[in-house]
Amino acid sequence: MSALTEQPTLRILFYEGEGSTPLEPAKRYDAMTALLENGYAVTRTGSGKVAGHERGPLLVLGRFDSGNPPVDNVDQDQASLRFQDVSELGPSEILAKAESTRDETGSVKPGEWKPWFPVIDYDRCTNCMQCLSFCLFNVYGVDEENRIQAQNHDNCKTNCPACSRVCPEAAIMFPKYKSGPINGDVVTAADMGQEKMKVDISALLGGDVYAALRSRTTQAQERFSKERDEKQALNERQKCLTKLAQNADIPKEVLLSLPSPDEILRKAEEAKARGAAALARQNQMKNA
Amino acid sequence: MSDSPRILYCHCNYAQVVPEETKHSVLKKLSDSGAAFDAVADLCEMAARKDPMLRQIAEGGNVKIAACYPRAVKWIFGGAGCALKQSSTQVLNMRTEETEEIAATLLDGELVPNLPADKDGSKPAPHELPN
Ligand code: SF4
Ligand code: SF4
Repeated sequence: MSALTEQPTLRILFYEGEGSTPLEPAKRYDAMTALLENGYAVTRTGSGKVAGHERGPLLVLGRFDSGNPPVDNVDQDQASLRFQDVSELGPSEILAKAESTRDETGSVKPGEWKPWFPVIDYDRCTNCMQCLSFCLFNVYGVDEENRIQAQNHDNCKTNCPACSRVCPEAAIMFPKYKSGPINGDVVTAADMGQEKMKVDISALLGGDVYAALRSRTTQAQERFSKERDEKQALNERQKCLTKLAQNADIPKEVLLSLPSPDEILRKAEEAKARGAAALARQNQMKNA
Repeated sequence: MSDSPRILYCHCNYAQVVPEETKHSVLKKLSDSGAAFDAVADLCEMAARKDPMLRQIAEGGNVKIAACYPRAVKWIFGGAGCALKQSSTQVLNMRTEETEEIAATLLDGELVPNLPADKDGSKPAPHELPN
């Protein structure tokens, strides 16, 4: 499992309940916007006891009566609880306080990773393992029940929706994608030209994206070694990549960053083997 | 404690798919309303981190979520092992719906559940249950 699930994160609370005076609306909005745009989660609370943050520190902001923070109204252990009276602070100073608390508490710096990864619609997924067999970057794995899962989210290549196009069930979403159904919009009968998307890729590449890429790159390499014309080899590779990029909407940077043909071959075989092993276990479980 | 649904707002901070104007107007109306609410920078990131807040929300009763497509939100939570309950969740889609309507609906205290129905009725699949 990736480190993402372990790292502590800083959470912010605007405390406006008992023992405090609510912030002026404009200041609250400006401060919240600054915090959100810098990657922090912010809760605004009124009366009642407030639930704490279970994976990291909680910074409680407010205009506390007589400067006394509402220690008993927040359900969080003291060691990871910080209070800041913001009566005299503007939005940028509030943000600065959040940043210094984050540093001081060793919490993760937001924004270093763009959260782009496949989200599986299990109402559609048939657990066929095609996505697992396809992905070169080990994003997919299986759970204890041998169900497909996105596991290494931060291995996924930003803006690349390629695996959603190999899924025969239109079950893979990238919620930040520009259009449906990959963005999570309803899957229509017309979209089940999902079949078509797949055929398109197959037609384009003769059945196997990586095989095609490999052979084109190998051809380019051979030409390179024969002709010692680096530029031509590069052109060749780029031509192939452009075609792929256009047809499967794979960002060119992603394709250009692919490893060497041998490495692609090795990874593709590994991925296929993992997919096949998962399917075999699935069959065993069914028959047991 | 009021019976009003909890409110969760997603700022979709790392993409340009939710119109800026919509995000900011919805946030402003929420912020000015005096209501208690949670605002998160990016729900997708929280799901990848399996942030414990997702479980608090999924198990916390009625909730209205301003984010993106209901199918995406359903499985963002589901994929993190914190399945939202169909009967207690309403998702407002800031990619497609009007600002005024989203803000008014978030604050009206009523719940109109709208998550896509589960394949087999209402029973969560094993992978959707908390770990
Ligand atoms: S390719 Fe689609 S249907 Fe097959 S396991 Fe992956 S998500 Fe499920
Ligand atoms: S849940 Fe939707 S709105 Fe929120 S960050 Fe993810 S894609 Fe953006």
